[in-house]
This record gives sequence, C-alpha cells and structure tokens, in this order.
Amino acid sequence: MTYRGFKAGADWRITVRGIMQTPNSFRGGPDPRGHFGIYGGRYVAETLMPLVLSVEAAYGAAKDDPDFHAQLAYYLEHYVGRPSPLYFAERLTRHFGGAKIYFKRDELNHTGAHKINNVMGQILLARRMGKRRIIAETGAGQHGVATATACALFDLPCVVYMGATDIERQKPNVFRMKLLGAEVVPVHSGTATLKDAMNDALRDWVAHVDDTFYVIGTVAGPHPYPAMVRDFQSIIGRETREQMIKAEGRLPDTLVACIGGGSNAMGLFHPFLDEPSVAMIGVEAGGHGIDTGFHAASLNGGQPGVLHGNRTYLLQDEDGQIDDAHSISAGLDYPGIGPEHAWLHDLGRVQYVAITDREALDAFQLCSRQEGIIPALEPAHALAHVGKIAPDLPRDHLLVMNLCGRGDKDIFAVADHLGVQL
Amino acid sequence: MSRPGPTRIERRFARLREEGRAGLVVYLIAGDPDPDTSLALFQGLAEAGADLVEIGMPFSDPMADGPAIQAAGQRALKRGMNLRRTLAMVRRLRERDADTPYVVMGYYNPIYRYGVEAFARDAVAAGIDGAIVVDLPPEEDEELAEPARRAGLDIVRLATPTSDEARLPAIVGRASGFLYYVAITGITGTRSADSASIDDAVARLRRFSQLPIAVGFGIRTPAQAASVAKAADAAVVGSALVERLALNLDPEGHAKPGLVDAVLADIRALAAGVRTARLI
Repeated sequence: MTYRGFKAGADWRITVRGIMQTPNSFRGGPDPRGHFGIYGGRYVAETLMPLVLSVEAAYGAAKDDPDFHAQLAYYLEHYVGRPSPLYFAERLTRHFGGAKIYFKRDELNHTGAHKINNVMGQILLARRMGKRRIIAETGAGQHGVATATACALFDLPCVVYMGATDIERQKPNVFRMKLLGAEVVPVHSGTATLKDAMNDALRDWVAHVDDTFYVIGTVAGPHPYPAMVRDFQSIIGRETREQMIKAEGRLPDTLVACIGGGSNAMGLFHPFLDEPSVAMIGVEAGGHGIDTGFHAASLNGGQPGVLHGNRTYLLQDEDGQIDDAHSISAGLDYPGIGPEHAWLHDLGRVQYVAITDREALDAFQLCSRQEGIIPALEPAHALAHVGKIAPDLPRDHLLVMNLCGRGDKDIFAVADHLGVQL
Repeated sequence: MSRPGPTRIERRFARLREEGRAGLVVYLIAGDPDPDTSLALFQGLAEAGADLVEIGMPFSDPMADGPAIQAAGQRALKRGMNLRRTLAMVRRLRERDADTPYVVMGYYNPIYRYGVEAFARDAVAAGIDGAIVVDLPPEEDEELAEPARRAGLDIVRLATPTSDEARLPAIVGRASGFLYYVAITGITGTRSADSASIDDAVARLRRFSQLPIAVGFGIRTPAQAASVAKAADAAVVGSALVERLALNLDPEGHAKPGLVDAVLADIRALAAGVRTARLI
C-alpha cells in the first residue's frame, strides 16, 4: 500500500496523491454512468440491466419530487425518530483527556441503527414503482430488521437473505425479523456470510424481475444504489452539521465512523466532503490483524476488483477469487466496500484505518461503563480508534463519532468472547 | 491484429447451416471435478457431438448460477483450478482439435485481475475463440471488448427475456461471434422456458441482428434441445450435464470410474436430439 496517513485535524489537501487530479468537488460523483473515478459502475447480469436502469430513472424522478421528500421526512420524524441527538460524551472525553467527543446517536433510531434511514427511502421508492415484493440481504441483521419493519408498516411481503453463519451469531435479530413477518432465508453457499447473502439476493432478483424491489443495505451494488443509499444516509451528516453549529458555533474538526460496506460513514461524511477543515476517518474491521490475513479491511488489505455490481476494493486472491472476510462484527464482515469510499481513499480525502476484534471488544465495554451506552460492535470499532487519536488532540478539537447502532443484538456474542455463560 | 478470413465460430455456424441443422453447445466448468478428469471430459466433447464448447471459468461468487454450477465451481477451485490453468487446459485441447470453437464463460473479476490486455492475448494464443462475461453488460464491457477486438477474441453478448426493443440495439450493437439468448429470467439450472416464448424471442432477436443465436438456460433433455434447435442456431446445455457429473462422484467428491462415459453418453443423446430437430 502506498497510503500516506495524516493526522486527524491536519489539512487533508497535502495528502492527495500526486498522480491523481484533485476534483473541484468531492461531492460531485458519480458520473452519469455511476462511476466514481474507476470505481462503481453497473456490473450485473443483462437480465437485471433494464431493472437497474428503471430504478435509476425512478430514483431520479423521486429526487426531484417535493412530495417524495415530504413523505420521507414525515416517516423519518414520526416513525424513525429523527433527528437523532448529537450528544457530548463528557465522561469519555475526560477519560481520553484530549479532543471533545460527540456521539451522533443513530443507535436511538427505531430498530436501533442507521439502516432504517435508507430503508425508508427505498421502500417509498419501491411503492412509487409499484413493486409488490421486497428482498434484502443482511449481515448483522440490522438492515434485515429495518427492511422487515418497513415492510410490515407498508404491508409488503419481505424476504431476507442471511448467511447461515450470521444467523447463528445474530439470533435475536433473526427472531425480530420473523416477528415482523419477514421470511428469513438461510444462505449456505460460500462462507455463509454477508457476501453470500448478497449473491442469493441477486439470484432471487434475477428470477423475480417483474414484481420485486431489492433493498440494498449499504453504499454498494450497481449504480444507482451507492449514490442513492448515500443520499438517504446523508441525513446523518446534515443533522450533525446543524447540531454542531448550534452546540459549538462551528463545524466539527474530525469525523469518525466504522465501515463495513460504508453506509453510515458515507452518510456522516458526505455533507462535509468539501469542507477543507474537516478531517474524516473510516474505521475498517481489522479482525485478528491485517498481517494475519483474517480481517475485513478491504481498503487496508484488498485490491480493486469487481463484485456485486460495482468495481471497488475487494479482499481477493491473485486469481481474483473473493477471499473470506473475518470480523467479530457480522455487520462489518464483508470483503468489499462502497465504491465512493474506494475513490475517496485513492484521492486521500478520507483516511481509512483498521481496528482489531480485541480493540473493538475493549471499546464496547468502555463505552458501556463510561457512558451507559451499550454500542453495537460495529461502532465499537470506531470508538476504539477514537481512543487512539483523542488523547493527542487539543481540548478544543471537535470530534464526532457516529454511534450508528446499539449493542442489544451483540450481547450474546460478546458474552461468548468474554467467556461469560448467559 | 485481426485474423484474416472467417473465425472458427463463423466457420462452424456456416457448416451447421450447410448441414441444415442447429448446433449443440456444451458447457462444463474447467477443472470440475478435478483437472485430469475435466481434461478427459473436454477432450471427448467434440466426438460425442458437441458443435461448440463453452468452458466455464470457476469463480467464488457466481451470482447468475444455480446450485449445480455453484458446486461445480467450488469443486474446481478446491482442486486448484484458476484462470491461468484454464488457459493451459485449452492449449492442450487445441493440440488435438483445430476446429471446434471454444468459448470461455464466467465472471469479470478473475479477468480483471489477470489484466484485460493479457487475457485477450493469452486466450487467443491458447486457442480460445470467444468470451462470455456474465456480469459485464454493454454499458461496462468496452474495457474488455476493445483489447478483445484487437486480439481477435469475440465478446459474445447476452440477450434475455427482459431485453425489450428499447434495450436490444445496445446489446447487439457491438456483439460478435453469436448472440446468447438466456431463455428464462433466473439463474442456471432452475427452470425451463416454454418453446413458444423461445420461438418468439429468437424471431425478435433476428430482427435486430444477423448473428447466429444460441439459446441456453433450462435446456436439460434431448427433447428440449430438439425443440430449441427448430428455431435457434444452437442449443446450450450446462447444468444438466454438471448434475450428471455430480451424480458420478463418490462421497468425498472424487470422480467415480464411469464419470466421463456417463457425461459423454448424455451429450450423445442431446446431439442426436438436436440433429433430428429439423427432420420431423
């Protein structure tokens, strides 16, 4: 890797790689064909192309329709519970003894994570398109629960594909989805995790092109999904901006978010990408450590490739076969990453680091005790990195971490890792 | 460098036209269930009646394939098959058979990792005539199609039941070799289309393109192959043969002694079906 790191709070412009042209705006992508630089695109079977093009057209129309936005805003406020608070984490700030730490509390959303922001948008779009059947993939189960929830609300049949391995380690979410009326289909192919669930969701979609809408849970997949999911999640960053100006009278200095596919991070980062004073750090799942080969850090340990409809960084071998990802967190256990992140990585606009399972587990416990908030294992990765940088930052440095999910779903897995019998 | 004269694919379809019949295209995965057995199978295909051969390039995440071909790819990968070895296998096949068109079929990532220029060049040098890349629609395929054109490798494009009249011009525009009509909306080896819808689709495609049309997905029996062969220029059979292969594996996944003969016997029956299609 030729990555040149930079210190949080430093001017990112000096880190942009010499060979790359710095664009006028980091918020202009993708191009009309769905590319962020060389990343993104529409790498799907021909059977799906007309469908993918129709989603793009429908989303384009919805984006320009005030009624669509009004409808979405209504459900986000009254059903999801937005805006989520921007909370000053006073005890953790004191504990680390440096930067002033704020949590964006997206774990307080209905269903307990940021995933619902995007699902509400896509379900409303599916209704506009007259689709009568919803499918989704899920890793940790948060996106599956969010999708099952919205489908219950709008009385749509819902099929969620979930790796058999993930079903085992996320039993509470599997039961939630069933309570909500969704059918959860265990996926046994491949490694039986998120990537295989996405394969089977795509296989389902190819076989049900007429009536089915595929609600993708992250900023990946064929265009327009990466841009569309980003747009729906950008409410996180827009609220943060407003709330921080209200609280501190200025923009934050550093944003930190965990990354599996990267939707919560993109949602937080995107509204700030053209603010030169704001540094951004995406935290990948380092598993047992990048050097061990057992991790889920596509940018820190992968190579560009094509999978699931887009070109992006992937964990893969020399032959282009996709490698298994490894993470304690089912929600980060994916061998790819959204194409816009790949592009921002190459440009150096966002810094991407990795945190190990062990570090995340420690942060999980620290957050529970210091703030009375049991975080999901996913944002526990982000917090672990905050713990590494915050002590060295000045006390007036404003750091926002996206607390994108709550940890109820993880307590069994964490107990297991800590050797506790429940 | 463009090749002078007609390509192997053109010559083969011309001969089929002279014979007044449609062709049989056989699909198997390279390296399934192991490299040696796979080589023996591919070496027997032409004699058993395959007019064109599709060589599946194993991939870890075959999104358009059903359980049979997913399992076949996993078997091949487990036995060390990869793109380089697939090309090496074709070189050996070509030593014995100068005429049968070989078309590789698979997913883009292994080709992308190999390098599109190198792939096009090495594929042609190995004796490969065309490539079908399932997850590379016309919107994205130029980065492979351009070096392929220079190397003399046909990029075979896919048309599907969702390819309406608005979509077809984009598909046939830069297609070469032949058109592959995917007869169902779905993955390989799952269900079959009725013959009337296939006839309609082939007729529609012929209004847009002069290229020969091969029809695949859901063709399992000699009777189905014969039915398709009445309208199309070739019928593709894959999953049914891969399933036959899998039935001849022992519990550890190793080839049982009669595997090659069992698969080739099915191909003979399919070839006979295709050959009778236009006589009845």
